[in-house]
Amino acid sequence: MVRKSVIVLLAAALVAGAGSLAAQTLNSGLRGPAPLNDEGPASPMAPTKNTAEKEVRNYPEQPPVIPHSIDGYQIDLNSNKCLSCHARSRTGESQAPMVSITHFMDRDGQFLASVSPRRFFCTECHVPQSTSNPPVSNDFVDIDTMLSRAAPGGRR
Amino acid sequence: MSTTDGAKPRPGFFARVWNFVVELWGVLVRPSSVFGLGVLVMAGFVAGIIFWGAFNTALELTNTEKFCTSCHEMRDNVFSELKSTIHFTNRSGVRATCPDCHVPHNWTDKIARKMQASKEVWGHLFGVINTREKFTDHRLELALHEWARFKANDSLECRNCHSAESMDITKQSPRASVAHQRFLFTGEKTCIDCHKGIAHQLPDMRGIPGWQ
Repeated sequence: MVRKSVIVLLAAALVAGAGSLAAQTLNSGLRGPAPLNDEGPASPMAPTKNTAEKEVRNYPEQPPVIPHSIDGYQIDLNSNKCLSCHARSRTGESQAPMVSITHFMDRDGQFLASVSPRRFFCTECHVPQSTSNPPVSNDFVDIDTMLSRAAPGGRR
Repeated sequence: MSTTDGAKPRPGFFARVWNFVVELWGVLVRPSSVFGLGVLVMAGFVAGIIFWGAFNTALELTNTEKFCTSCHEMRDNVFSELKSTIHFTNRSGVRATCPDCHVPHNWTDKIARKMQASKEVWGHLFGVINTREKFTDHRLELALHEWARFKANDSLECRNCHSAESMDITKQSPRASVAHQRFLFTGEKTCIDCHKGIAHQLPDMRGIPGWQ
């Protein structure tokens, strides 16, 4: 008798729990309140950041982000619009930073005379930035902050 | 011996043409005996208006996006490439159509360009660029023609809309404002020197100044 009433109680608890789960809307930063089986409205497109100011890299190996708009820039077998400012020979006129010497290296570490084919397509690594607020928060801490925290007398 | 009796032999073709020309000249130089001078002048004036109007209307018909894209060479290549650029759709809804950039707006220059374009009719008839492959093979040559034309007239077709005088560099991005002050306002460069490939895809740019 006792066992039977326990089972009934458990079943009732399960049903109640499932009901409350179903009623709950999943609210994530990226999806918004749209249910999982629905497609929510597209968020408006944020304008591209268009300045000439360099952005600080978050770690030394990070490909620098592009601080300006690259709308309509053609990068293909025929031409590379980025290199018309960032190539070594063009930096005098453009005052743009030169593509780094690592881009001249082939996969064996040998330096070529010009940008290596495997590093030719800029937007594989470098991306322009939009002016939107990040929908998901990020607690990334860069290495300098980490080191200064660990050092004696450092910020803790 | 086979000619009919009494009839003079029929003059040759050139002789007949010459006779006609002499007769026509006689009619043209003789004063009219039927119409008054005023009637003739008015008739000439009206005919002139009709001819000029028809000529200009026909000329303007060949100066429309619809006409340009009626050839598949233009519609499938350069026009489809234009569609993704800012000169086709943009925030203010102003479109630069084909003739805005490729036909001079000044009348005499326009007529000169239209006469040059007869070569393009030849190219169309003989299928010089009637496939995508043929078109890309000719792209450098075609682009070089347009770049040379823009360079020679100081990018006139750009400046029909974008003048350096009306340019507010404080509204431009820092990069653009610096470049325009340094190269455009000093007259060191003209628009096409930097802005190649803004409306259509680029050909193989090796050897073009400023490109890799």
